[in-house]
Amino acid sequence: MAAENTTGTTPGSTGAVDVGAARAALREVPNDPGAPKPDPILVGSGLVRRFGGLKAVDVGHIEIQRGVITALIGPNGAGKTTLFNLLTGFDEPDEGDWSFNGSSLRKVASYKVARMGMVRTFQLTKVLAKLTVIENMRLGATGQKGERFWSAVFPSIWRKQEDENTVRADALLDRFLLAKKREDFAGSLSGGQRKLLEMARALMVDPEMIMLDEPMAGVNPALKQSLLGHVKSLRDEGRTVLFVEHDMDMVRDISDWVIVMAQGSIVAEGTPDAVMADPRVIDAYLGAHHDTDLSELDEEKIEAEAMAELEGKDKP
Amino acid sequence: MARRLVALAVLLVFLLLPTAAQAVAEGRTTAAGTPVAAEPTDEPSPTESESAAPTVPDGPYLSVRLLDEGEPVPGVTISATDADGGELGSAETADNGIAIIEIPGSGTYTVELDEETLPDGIALDDETGNTREVRAPLNGPNIVVYNIGTQAADTAGFGFQLSAALVSGLKFGLITALAALGLSLIFGTTGLTNFSHGELITFGGLMTWVFNVSFGLPVIVAGLLAMVFAAGFGWVQERGLWRPLRKRGTGLIAMMIVSIGFALFLRYLFQYFFGPQTKSLSQYTTQQRQTYGPIAIADKEIVIILVGIVVIAVTCIALMKTRLGKAMRAVSDNPPLAASSGMRVDGVVAAAWILGTALSGLAGALLAVNSQVNFLMGFKLLLLVFAAVTLGGLGTIWGALLGSMVIGFMVEVGPLFGVPSSIKEVGALVVLILVLLIRPQGILGRRQRVG
Amino acid sequence: MDLFEILRAALSQALGPQAIVLALAAIGLNVHFGYTGLLNFGQAGFMSVAAYGLAVPIVIMDLPFVAGLVMALLMPVVLAVVLGFPTLRLRADYLAIATIATAEILRLVFGSVEMRDIFGGSNGLTGYARPFQDLNPYGSGIDLGIFALSRNDLWAATVGWILVALCSLLVWALMRSPWGRVLRSIREDEQAVRSLGKNVFAYKMQALVLGGVFGGLAGLFLALRQASVVPSDYGTNITFFAYTALLIGGAARVLGPVVGAIIFWFLLSGLGALFSQATSGANPLIPEVIMSNQQASLVRFILVGLALMLLMIFRPQGIFGDRREIAIDGR
Repeated sequence: MAAENTTGTTPGSTGAVDVGAARAALREVPNDPGAPKPDPILVGSGLVRRFGGLKAVDVGHIEIQRGVITALIGPNGAGKTTLFNLLTGFDEPDEGDWSFNGSSLRKVASYKVARMGMVRTFQLTKVLAKLTVIENMRLGATGQKGERFWSAVFPSIWRKQEDENTVRADALLDRFLLAKKREDFAGSLSGGQRKLLEMARALMVDPEMIMLDEPMAGVNPALKQSLLGHVKSLRDEGRTVLFVEHDMDMVRDISDWVIVMAQGSIVAEGTPDAVMADPRVIDAYLGAHHDTDLSELDEEKIEAEAMAELEGKDKP
Repeated sequence: MARRLVALAVLLVFLLLPTAAQAVAEGRTTAAGTPVAAEPTDEPSPTESESAAPTVPDGPYLSVRLLDEGEPVPGVTISATDADGGELGSAETADNGIAIIEIPGSGTYTVELDEETLPDGIALDDETGNTREVRAPLNGPNIVVYNIGTQAADTAGFGFQLSAALVSGLKFGLITALAALGLSLIFGTTGLTNFSHGELITFGGLMTWVFNVSFGLPVIVAGLLAMVFAAGFGWVQERGLWRPLRKRGTGLIAMMIVSIGFALFLRYLFQYFFGPQTKSLSQYTTQQRQTYGPIAIADKEIVIILVGIVVIAVTCIALMKTRLGKAMRAVSDNPPLAASSGMRVDGVVAAAWILGTALSGLAGALLAVNSQVNFLMGFKLLLLVFAAVTLGGLGTIWGALLGSMVIGFMVEVGPLFGVPSSIKEVGALVVLILVLLIRPQGILGRRQRVG
Repeated sequence: MDLFEILRAALSQALGPQAIVLALAAIGLNVHFGYTGLLNFGQAGFMSVAAYGLAVPIVIMDLPFVAGLVMALLMPVVLAVVLGFPTLRLRADYLAIATIATAEILRLVFGSVEMRDIFGGSNGLTGYARPFQDLNPYGSGIDLGIFALSRNDLWAATVGWILVALCSLLVWALMRSPWGRVLRSIREDEQAVRSLGKNVFAYKMQALVLGGVFGGLAGLFLALRQASVVPSDYGTNITFFAYTALLIGGAARVLGPVVGAIIFWFLLSGLGALFSQATSGANPLIPEVIMSNQQASLVRFILVGLALMLLMIFRPQGIFGDRREIAIDGR
């Protein structure tokens, strides 16, 4: 009956990556869609996801550089969240292959992807409302002996590990300014605090790469600066960050590289300054889609989420 | 098969206390050809005063009454053995179909029917034996009714049986489809998986009985009134229960459990007022099937089938063509979007409830005409309706229809191909589970949020 | 009106074997629904496979009593696995429909004429409980005036309450552990749990098996206590009564199902006795026109339905619980 979720190996990120070098290496990369990176952590090619007749995602090639912050931007319905779902195993593409740290993720269940070191957050925060903040945090720890059925009955087996996890969780709560909320139910937190909690909880997994789906959405402006700081600090401690965002200021401020999607494909990528000046990007945002049938785009998005949920299931 | 097949239906054992004169003696007969419920219903008890009745012993005895389509079968030898196989004697059925065998006391006995002595044209089925285990709870008279539902042996070939089963399947499928359409409409607009839907069917049946028997109205008028009252009942419960719950923001799972409480509440309320008996309408209770070429069908079955087809067709056309129908489908697809485009979602939902409960009430009324009325009649159909709706695709109208027809034919035709007839519903439920395994969105369902 | 008699009937049922059956079934549902959020509407099925798992080997196959016990514990596990594979991936209402359908399939098959040689048809099976009854250490029943149990029931109640205590202890131990935390998290949001690297399907399966085994214990206990297994005991009502008991006591609370089952039977049997008295005799308290003696026995079940609705709407956390942690959002 034991859950086989305790490999005990967390994909540690102890500063093995030289952030400066990683950023510097990006300067040599041409600003072209699907451009190869010097040290990619995530590589995908030929990714296609159809909903009915609609190609929600059609990405020829994508590479994410290790150790930097990459932003994924694009207008509503561009397929950003769907791509996120595909990459993390919460949805399955119709075609294509992609790999993380060299190992293919095709047909790999979402929870295994997370264990391999690629953890995501959600556009609509998914805190566990009726668990306390500290319980939310403890849940994030991997390789817990107490999560196996038979061990669970005997606290002596898991007590020590639980205490260690709690120490780690408290440190993270301090860092994310949630220490005061430790014993509160997560459901009582504000939108911004939920975003923080979700990010902190993801860090309990100690991921090598963290994927944030609109970390700024619904966060009040006072919290935004501190959130920005947190995202940067993730990179500075050696993790790779990929995030979806609409807030262009944030994109400009913190990202090292920007990928632009429109209508399911990558239309441009490059350094923030280069991308912001790219006519294709302006076109993607203002041109073709400006004032067109928004309801159709909404529908696509709704359906995309529905599909994601449909496919987001375990593969035993 | 050379051997003539006859379906041996069911025996029923029921104690008869001379004093317990429950309101049973409304001389009803078991409808010919209909499956007898797998639980003790109250058979009319043969009275001792009938002519040609055998003499009644003083001590405990079994009074076995052999009935063929409600008609007594005389001249058949019946014998009884006790639990250890000891012979207790035998007797021949009299003109009223009764054979009396003395027994040492209360206990469980085996009653055997001597097939050789059956009249010409009546034979027993191969698979069902000629013995029945009976419980005799009394140290006195123990009435046993031995029912053999038979068909004229000359015509009971496989082809004929198949056509009879197909007719029953079509009829049952259409009744299920009416109820399934109702369930689907309500699920589509509100997202509620309504476990009290069976009681809405029962409501239609009970109301038909009330207007017909208590108020003396003709069955057809009673059925129409029942449908109107069911619609009103639907509107009342939408306004009084479900809409307030939606306004409070009650979750769908919570509402599902509320619907279970509501189902229990209604079911026992029905039993409170209607009683536990199975009762008949005043008209069209026993109709022989008449033969039209290869098909044998009773007049009321023709009417049930026609009513089913017409009502379903009209409903579907209305849903496709009218403004309200389109609004309902829009709300099914995306309630917030429908609301934001200026639709009165509450009004549409109320309409769905009214239409849905009217259809379910009609299903109950047709069920009452087809067989009889009981406070559990809808509950027994509920799971098959769920099976039909899931099979076709939850929330889709064509899916509900298709699923219902598949279920209807499966249930009725299955026994011809080896499904034990006393559990013929099981096949449909097994299919339900298989569908969930292979294609949870159903045959016609879109790939939607099911995971 | 004899209040003492009513109280006696109510207490004897509330502390007797009936409440134990319900408590065990509800403990199972608490694991399924209260902690994990799995909507199992087929607890009756888990009960019936355990009951027949006990009876069939002993009565039909002539195996020793212990073999029956082993089968009784094994069958719910098998059922949970078979049922869980197709349905645990699906939305809650599909699981509900699949489980209730399975329970009904089982009941119909167990009661079918065609399978009478194995399952005894609608009369069920008897004659397997001797070894259990022979273990009875009590010389006589107990009668404290306000509370009475026969000799057999006293023995059954002793075994039963020990069983309930052990099950509750196990649930308590599990639910305070990280394992229990994963279950409660799945109830809140399974996608979030997946994103943290937990195999949600495996945990749901474990929860289904564990709760199913508790349901099986309920069926096993019922079979031992009444020394007969009858298919009609395993209709859908028992499942929904267990839900009512669970919601009375409070879902996702260790003792919720136990307290709920006691209160459920106290009220059910107290109300039964009350209305029975009020409608019996030459000059009944409630006139015959309004309520006959036969109808009196139904009032309590009408109230059960009403109670289930009202609890779910107004107090989904149970009548004692606070709103801090509740199993499911009533609003």
